[in-house]
Amino acid sequence: MKKLTLDKIDDFLRGTAFLGTGGGGNPYVGGLMLRQELEKGFEPVLIKGEEVADDDLVLPIANMGAPTVLVEKLPNAKSAVKALRKMEELMGKKCKALIAAEAGGINGTLPFIVSAYTGLPVIDADGMGRAFPELQMCTFGVYGVNCSPVIVRDEKDNEMIVNAENNHASEMFARVICMQMGTKSEICLYPMTGKQMKETSVHHTVTLAYEIGKSIGDARDKGTDPLEGIVEYFKNSFDKRFCKLLFQGKVTDLLRETTDGWARGEVKITSLSDPNDSILVKLQNEFLIALKDGKPLAMVPDLICLVDLENAEPITAEDVKYGQRVNVIGVSVPPNMRTKAALDTFGPVPFKVFDKYIPIEDIK
Amino acid sequence: MQIGVDVGGTNTDGVILSDGKVLVSEKTTTTENVGDGVFNIIQAVLKKGNITPNNISSVMIGTTHFTNALVERKKLKKIAAIRLALPAADSLEQMIGWPKDLVSHLDPIKFFAKGGYEVDGREISKLDKDEITKIAEEIAKQNYTNIAINSVYSPLNSEMELEAREIITKIIPDANISLSHTIGKVGLIERENATIINSALTNLAEDIVESFKNALKKLNIEAPLYISQNDGTLMKPDKVKEYPVLTFACGPTNSMRGAAHLSGIEDSIIVDIGGTTSDIGYIKSGFPRQSAIATDVGGVRTNFRMPDIISIGLGGGSIIRDDGHKVGPDSVGFRLTEKALVFGGDTLTATDIAVKHYNLDIGDKSLLNNIDDSLIKNAKIEITRLLEDSVDKMKTSSEKVPAVFVGGGTIINKENLNGISELVIPDNFAVANAVGAALGQVSGEVDRVFHYEKLGRDKTIELATEEAKQFAKDAGAKEASIEINEINENPLAYLPGKSVRLQIKAIGDLENY
Repeated sequence: MKKLTLDKIDDFLRGTAFLGTGGGGNPYVGGLMLRQELEKGFEPVLIKGEEVADDDLVLPIANMGAPTVLVEKLPNAKSAVKALRKMEELMGKKCKALIAAEAGGINGTLPFIVSAYTGLPVIDADGMGRAFPELQMCTFGVYGVNCSPVIVRDEKDNEMIVNAENNHASEMFARVICMQMGTKSEICLYPMTGKQMKETSVHHTVTLAYEIGKSIGDARDKGTDPLEGIVEYFKNSFDKRFCKLLFQGKVTDLLRETTDGWARGEVKITSLSDPNDSILVKLQNEFLIALKDGKPLAMVPDLICLVDLENAEPITAEDVKYGQRVNVIGVSVPPNMRTKAALDTFGPVPFKVFDKYIPIEDIK
Repeated sequence: MQIGVDVGGTNTDGVILSDGKVLVSEKTTTTENVGDGVFNIIQAVLKKGNITPNNISSVMIGTTHFTNALVERKKLKKIAAIRLALPAADSLEQMIGWPKDLVSHLDPIKFFAKGGYEVDGREISKLDKDEITKIAEEIAKQNYTNIAINSVYSPLNSEMELEAREIITKIIPDANISLSHTIGKVGLIERENATIINSALTNLAEDIVESFKNALKKLNIEAPLYISQNDGTLMKPDKVKEYPVLTFACGPTNSMRGAAHLSGIEDSIIVDIGGTTSDIGYIKSGFPRQSAIATDVGGVRTNFRMPDIISIGLGGGSIIRDDGHKVGPDSVGFRLTEKALVFGGDTLTATDIAVKHYNLDIGDKSLLNNIDDSLIKNAKIEITRLLEDSVDKMKTSSEKVPAVFVGGGTIINKENLNGISELVIPDNFAVANAVGAALGQVSGEVDRVFHYEKLGRDKTIELATEEAKQFAKDAGAKEASIEINEINENPLAYLPGKSVRLQIKAIGDLENY
């Protein structure tokens, strides 16, 4: 994909919801903002990572906070642009390209909104390849980019600069500021060079989101099974992902609680044909692990996505409800999300869901 | 005795209930002028039952008229939309993503002003009276009278919306102002959409309510009039004038509650089969299970609580093709009595299948002599499959539950289905929605900020609960029947004195019911 045009928005949003693996905030509001800009004639330019010069300044931009607040106080484009300008000032350099910190959920759209205001191109890559809940859970940081300085700001021009000892501390301090700002902030973080971006990003994730969404949309238009559309797409995709249907069934139990600012829970999905055959999907903002009889079927950072059984629409964790009929799909992530350093940051051990990482394709 | 009326897109149904039993029922076609249709149906049931108007204690009407007005873009007023939010929430204008033709009908003028609240109850900024005054003057200058006001986090605190309304009313005394906190929950865009729709419908609501009142007057009925809202409770006519949007989706709610009442089963799957579609829902303790997902009305996204139903393209008028292997989703609709084979028409419909299969006394059976038994069998299999699939989707466990079938199209299936413990087709199945309207309960609501510091949490909630119950009683509810239906507690951490927004809803049966 070279340009994100109006006719591609629905597919793109559906794809960002898929990559959100249940979390990352519902992309609906971000999609409306994008639609508004495109209808005014804005044409966002998407560039490949390699098109950026090694010494160019690349800036990730995101919304931090609670997804439930974002639907009321809405992401703010002007505040995001000011965060970007502040970072340029600190770096003593003009930004040459924007990048999403997080491709999944609502943060997949924000760079395009900022692009509408600044004219900057958006890089076809991100720092998570999906959605994660914390700032340090990012390949930029895993491979050596410093999360600090983090510009944390709001619409009232409250602007804080976090310079912390490490990426985890950046998250901690930025989170406290974000709460004070009403649990919604625009942030600019992980300032990096073009070279760093090329080495540390998960590439092609914007195109990936669009193409996932399109494979579902196309199957619906043709009247073929959208699930097959997804599986087929990943098999033939540019980075040859492993994708498989983990389970098919109906949500028969749902446990949800909010502890320490996390939306935690468990979803039990029972086979449509055999009531004794079921799996358990655990979530902490995102779906983190799928278990059958205590044995894993797939685990973070591999993608675990719940989609509607009929039309394959991705389902976010807050929208899961009793009786829903779903397909649970597992997808492998690229190699740079599976190294020891990556897994130590956002694998099953730091999330405390399993004692070691097993790649989805190795689970029989 | 109560009269229940359901004004649908095609049919207007009426019933008279006495002690919960259906005395008379009647079906007519919906008229262009809704008031006339209501007059006709009430006159018809009174006559059929030989009942004099002074025996009627209340009249309840459920109508899809406002939903249809929106869908058909009819009689909508031009809109001024004000968002109290600055400096926040200004990157996305009002009404983005709406169908273009609807936007051009509403010809909106959009304003952003200072105001709104944070999630913890702090103010984003103070309301600026001069700014609101200027906006009001501009609206007056452009001759707009219908205004929607939406403040960020108004469900937590309604103060700024109320204050803005006061300022605007001084400048535009005849303004029809809708405030978002009275209409929707958290979710700025969805709530704003519903508020704008509401405001656009208020003039129509005025006309419709007056036409209902006139119909009753002409029939010499002095009993109070109530109108159904989406949660199955009733509104007084004057409230409908202010909040027409709250009538959306009352149709499915009424038919499900009516079905539960007619069958005497409080926990079951409800299958409402009409001419074109079937609505399948689930009723628990006599109330429909609510949908958790955002709902589109006329192409506009809202966050109303609506019954959790699935609609499938299966009804009495569904067209049969492919030697019976394909049933619907298209239908001959309200032209069933001219199109179906059994009525001398040229189209094979689900009704024809039912008449032949069950040997029903409908139309002229001899017209179906040429239909192959294998086709009938195929079509029956397909109808069963469509129903079983949807019934299974509504169930929350693999345990078998009863299913109640209602609606005019019920004749197309009489057999038990897989996953169902018992299939019940109650008497008066065809007018379940009018029965549901007649059964409507009244509610009393408390919704404001309380300070727990004074009396403590338990005592505060207890007093507020009593107050809600009193409101329900004032609205006409029988004291013994009043129950608390909903308690929402939203702590406002940054306001002093342990402030909490409490929303309590009490519901009860009407006194004279």
